[in-house]
Amino acid sequence: MKRAALMLAALAALVPAGAATAQDFAITGATVAIGDGSEPVANGTVVVRAGKIVAAGAGVAVPPGVQVLDGSGMWVTPGLFAAFSDMGLYDVQAVGESDDRSADTSPFNAALDVTPAINPAAQDIAVSREGGVTRASVTPFNGSSIFAGQGAIIDLGADANAVTVPHAFQLVDLSEGGARLAGGSRVAAYVVLHNALREARDVAAMGPASDRKADAMLTRADAAALGPVIEGRQPLYVGVERAVDIRSVLALKREFPKLDLVLVGATEGWLVAGEIAAAGVPVIATALNDLPSSFEKLAATQSNIGRMKRAGVTVAIGMLAGSNQPRYAPQQAGNLVALAKLPGAAGLTWGEALAAITSIPARISGLGGTAGIKAGVLAPGAVGDVVIWDGDPLEVSSAPRRVFIDGVEQPLDNHQSRLKQRYHDLDESVLPKAYDW
Amino acid sequence: MLTGIALAACATTSGAKSAKSAGAAAENPYPSTYKPYPGAPTALVGATVFDGAGKRYDNGVVLIADGKVVAAGGPELAIPDGYARIDAAGKFVTPGVIDVHSHLGDYPSPGVEANSDGNEATSPTTPDVWAEHSVWPQDPGFSRALANGGVTSLQILPGSANLMGGRSVTLKNVPSRTVQGMKFPGAPYSLKMACGENPKRVYGEKGQKPSTRMGNFAVNRQTWLDAKKYAGGDRAERDLAKETLAGVLDGKILVQNHCYRADEMALVLDMAKEMGYKVTAFHHAVEAYKIADLLKASNVCAAVWADWYGFKMEAYDAIPENAALIHRAGACVIIHSDDENGIQRLNQEAAKAQADGRRVGIDIPDEQVVAWFTLNPARAMGIDKQTGSLEKGKMADVVLWNGSPLSVYSRPEKVWIDGALLYDALDRKRRPVSDFELGQPGEGDVK
Repeated sequence: MKRAALMLAALAALVPAGAATAQDFAITGATVAIGDGSEPVANGTVVVRAGKIVAAGAGVAVPPGVQVLDGSGMWVTPGLFAAFSDMGLYDVQAVGESDDRSADTSPFNAALDVTPAINPAAQDIAVSREGGVTRASVTPFNGSSIFAGQGAIIDLGADANAVTVPHAFQLVDLSEGGARLAGGSRVAAYVVLHNALREARDVAAMGPASDRKADAMLTRADAAALGPVIEGRQPLYVGVERAVDIRSVLALKREFPKLDLVLVGATEGWLVAGEIAAAGVPVIATALNDLPSSFEKLAATQSNIGRMKRAGVTVAIGMLAGSNQPRYAPQQAGNLVALAKLPGAAGLTWGEALAAITSIPARISGLGGTAGIKAGVLAPGAVGDVVIWDGDPLEVSSAPRRVFIDGVEQPLDNHQSRLKQRYHDLDESVLPKAYDW
Repeated sequence: MLTGIALAACATTSGAKSAKSAGAAAENPYPSTYKPYPGAPTALVGATVFDGAGKRYDNGVVLIADGKVVAAGGPELAIPDGYARIDAAGKFVTPGVIDVHSHLGDYPSPGVEANSDGNEATSPTTPDVWAEHSVWPQDPGFSRALANGGVTSLQILPGSANLMGGRSVTLKNVPSRTVQGMKFPGAPYSLKMACGENPKRVYGEKGQKPSTRMGNFAVNRQTWLDAKKYAGGDRAERDLAKETLAGVLDGKILVQNHCYRADEMALVLDMAKEMGYKVTAFHHAVEAYKIADLLKASNVCAAVWADWYGFKMEAYDAIPENAALIHRAGACVIIHSDDENGIQRLNQEAAKAQADGRRVGIDIPDEQVVAWFTLNPARAMGIDKQTGSLEKGKMADVVLWNGSPLSVYSRPEKVWIDGALLYDALDRKRRPVSDFELGQPGEGDVK
């Protein structure tokens, strides 16, 4: 630890905190984990130039002219990707006026769009950044409709521009909760959904000035917002938990073949894992959900993700919202590694576990490279999101020491860290604590 | 589906009338019927042993027999004849994990309204209600706490909607048909109290007192004054609420006080002095680090999470270094859950808090950190003479971990309660399945 601390001091000297522009640098001598499912390699090198990853792994040459940071004793990973988060949408969850996650009395639903509300200066973004999270999908929560609205993809850089992909997905709730919102039953939820998609198709087909049919139930804005969903240009995230409900959601593809579905939740996904895999629908799930907390989660088990993975499902650890903070993702991933040792349980390998909080959620969120941005992986051409950890990143005793986003080193201070500094002692012999800042 | 990530925070509530203390009233009308299950004399050999009381034995030996700890020590400890030997080399042994703050059974899974029995939110003071009358022993959460968390004892508290929420019940984490079959023999009761946002919100929204923090104190103080009058009389007339409060004033019933903010904890300590009772532990004490000196001087434990943050205004100043800063001041630290998921990983939460301390220069050895989820909660629950450490003669509540309990990669491999093997990760039939889970998807699955 002492040696590691010295190395960090050296790093600090080389890379001034808060630098505003991307630096070219190489980290050498570190344990490097790529994030693509492979196991970490000792004594690896990561090269970042112009905000992008150039190379990472063992036997990587350091190009001339870049700063070399000695990563001895450190671990290096891609920045974590928090799938299905609510970052930047509240200051305090229980302080209603600070909370923009849901709009219970709004006349709109699918048209709601989180983009203009996301606050890059929110404490939860700063705290998550300190925890090594560099990108995320941000979702609205359901208000009075099964349609929650449109989410966005953000980076957690300490700058004014958080949103990198607006209108990234639409969220519909087809779980127990959605059934209540639809009027009281799952039956009603499916009618609401079908009607909404039909109205969306009608609105998309008509000119902006045309009149709609008299029985239209959606506002024009909501119907228009669902147009890209119908056409498969915008993914439809579907909140769903129970095995039979997952089957019903997968069946939507037969009727609306262009739908680009992502399952969110899927607590009983392991019971229908083969069908999810065959449908090619990815899943964002919680890792440690093992209680029958409702009747739609009777089969909950921590082996859910491992079993789905074995069946060939693309599955990310996510739903890092509310009290399930994004910075908990490594602990959850580490628990799935632990699970692999227990007879009867299905966990993940270490490499798979890291991928489940980096490259896989990035890919599900559209940052797999096909749309131009590749994140969550230390691969050539990927964004220069790099985290240097003081130990195994999945271990509860480890923490990030340095975080880079697009090659820019990030400040790691926040409200919590300032309190920590102020109260490191309780000495008020000269002045009250209020003067200690 | 979003309920799964809804605000966890703290349960709230409770009411007004209470039970016995020194008078003619029955002291123990719902007695424990718990009897330890059979066990064999067992020697755990070669593990790293954390005894919960601050000792560490490398290549250690733990002997249990007749439901009790016979000895814990180093490799020199002789293993008597007749002991089944378990090779624990490379593994770790700790006392059973203890959670001072749980709502299992009174807020069980499934979390449906029909089972929601944790807050008697009909009056700001309900010291008359007893959590044991709400506990559903078939809550599947008990088995998860055992299998994944190594939890062998836990205190079930009423929620925090009320200033005085009612009496707690302390349980052995043993499956039972009745709550009496789980009750920890001889454990004292506690009174659950709550500061701050919850009581004033719950009752303020109903247009009644208290709607402010000063209202919280006013209602508390008047309730205590009335209780003192009762306690000073002949106590002949049964009054369930006042019996509980008189028990507190007598020092027989402990006080578990939900309180986030430092300034409010300081006020509560003065109220306790004013009224003549003792606060045993502050729960959810996220700002304890600001008054660690005062907590030390007052001999009050702080029960905390490792790093919960941002969920309510009174948690805005929570910091991950809280536990380490309290510990450094010499005050008693407890890692608690208040959560049916968190109770499965109290060991990991302690490890996070330890590491957060190390990063600010507070080095706390593993053997002391283990006390945060074993002996310290036992102390705050008044059961530290019976359990919480691997000292001779204590209950053989023991966890064999397949790696360091302070690592994310470790899980309980075996758990004994009073010397009976009640969980074995290597034997699927040695895993409790609640009535609720029979015939349902996932019956008997690893969880």
